[in-house]
Amino acid sequence: MNTIVCLKQVPDTETLIKIAGTTIAAEGIKWVINPYDEFAVEEAIRQKEKMGAGAVTIVSLGPDRAIESIRTALAMGADNAVHINDSGFYDKADPYATAAVLAAAIKGLDFNAIFLGKQAIDDDSGQVPAMLGEMLGIPAVTQVIKFEVAADKSKATVTREIEGGHMVVEVPLPAVFSAQKGLNEPRYASLPGIMKAKKKPVDVKNAAGLGVSDGPMIVIKEMSLPPARQAGKIITGDDAKVKAAALAKALHEEVKII
Amino acid sequence: MPGTLIYAEVQKGEIKKGAFEITSKAKEFGGDVSVCIIGKGVEAIAPQLAKYGADKIYVVDGPEFENYVTETFVQALTQVAQQLQPSVILASASAQGKDLMPAVAARLKVGAVSDCVEIKKEGDKIIAKRPLYAGKAYAVVEAVGTPQVISVRPNALGFKEIAGAGAVEKAAVSIDAGKVKVAVKEVVIAASTEPDQTEAEIIVSGGRGMKGPENYKMLEDLAKLFGPTATTGASRAAVDAGWRDHAFQVGQTGKTVSPNLYIAAGISGAIQHMAGMGTSKVIVAINKDPEAPIFTKADYGVVDDLFNVIPALIEEVKKIKG
Repeated sequence: MNTIVCLKQVPDTETLIKIAGTTIAAEGIKWVINPYDEFAVEEAIRQKEKMGAGAVTIVSLGPDRAIESIRTALAMGADNAVHINDSGFYDKADPYATAAVLAAAIKGLDFNAIFLGKQAIDDDSGQVPAMLGEMLGIPAVTQVIKFEVAADKSKATVTREIEGGHMVVEVPLPAVFSAQKGLNEPRYASLPGIMKAKKKPVDVKNAAGLGVSDGPMIVIKEMSLPPARQAGKIITGDDAKVKAAALAKALHEEVKII
Repeated sequence: MPGTLIYAEVQKGEIKKGAFEITSKAKEFGGDVSVCIIGKGVEAIAPQLAKYGADKIYVVDGPEFENYVTETFVQALTQVAQQLQPSVILASASAQGKDLMPAVAARLKVGAVSDCVEIKKEGDKIIAKRPLYAGKAYAVVEAVGTPQVISVRPNALGFKEIAGAGAVEKAAVSIDAGKVKVAVKEVVIAASTEPDQTEAEIIVSGGRGMKGPENYKMLEDLAKLFGPTATTGASRAAVDAGWRDHAFQVGQTGKTVSPNLYIAAGISGAIQHMAGMGTSKVIVAINKDPEAPIFTKADYGVVDDLFNVIPALIEEVKKIKG
């Protein structure tokens, strides 16, 4: 089973965001694989291991720094990678442009499935999986929490999360699958894995070379931080009962929520 | 005149509140407001949209629309959009809206703006404000193509009654079944009547301090006392420990919520958690560690053992509710 994993490098969830014009300040950011893409990498590797054959190809759009996350995925067990190293394109790319350049890089590759996270935790758009499916002309199944492929690789049976429950669907391959938390538990890269990753092939491309010139269709006009929250009142009292009574009273009388 | 096309989502036989929100907002902006409603047996409920500003309601009704299947719904909505040539397409950024809209946008060869919390009209264009990094920052964005495809977070706008012409007609849609590759085998919706965390008005959330899955019962009891608009949540630590399903997780790798009241029990307040609930109207923190960062953001803090505070709070709320 040959799979492709689209991967984005994003700031770690513990990052405090600072604004710089219409983007964020780059200082002090720890860059990591988008957590939802980690599930995608893990699932692709598991499918390869289960089938006992095939290759996992990482495709990532990002600047120079993205190579570290690509190497991490290779260290986890992916086999090779395409790095669309194009900061000019990347800096302005909206989900449509991102999907277009990923689709261009993927076209011509031999694959049964594409995995990627259900959204990147930086811009939180969650659009690339569905758009990628459209652009490649194959089905996209989003929010996947369970994935099983038929022995002949002709189809997959997947469980996807829906509001208030889940849905089981059957889909012919190839198809795009977006990973939701719960799909699996991503592994850590092992030391031998990290050593091997250094020698795995990474094909470097750019948007123009892939024939993609789509400008962004979403333009950021302004960025801001949310208003800072102030510490409120600490409720005091002799014991938990007294405090609970004071809290209930405040919620009832001051903010009138209960 | 090119106007707005709205996708009205139906769940359990009812039009979702989010559809009323975006419809009444579109009516406020002016121009023709058309709504497309898709489902099985939805013709009967379609006229409800008139009260919230729908001028025309296009109904796509049939057995093939009973379950939400992306390709079927994409075909239907895209065809209606192609016939009407609207300048804007709006949908609610529910789980379904998030799946549907990017595909519709890509098929129409335009970009899409997801999960906006504010929209306003500037000239002919809609300008939208949306959270990034789960709410650690906000961006004001413009979709430059036509139509502008925009999804709006449920509960972000509020809705009001604003009458529209409300003409209901059957949409001329033909589904190419050969292109529908995904087959639905099973749909399981929990019997729970609790709202989704993203749409709840009160959330009682528990973290590492809950010590184990069995202790969430008291949070559920408290949420039940608050009524049908309340539910429970959990921190990443609690979900990663396997105490709660990830559907409950609030934070940057879970749900972003904005209830009227967020009660955080035994949650320290990591940056990634605060990002997901920082826009709650009132935050209550209950934690025995007075140094927990959550106290710097909470409107009300109780420094004490949650295992004493929550049961006492349950009794107090019972008293108030009579």
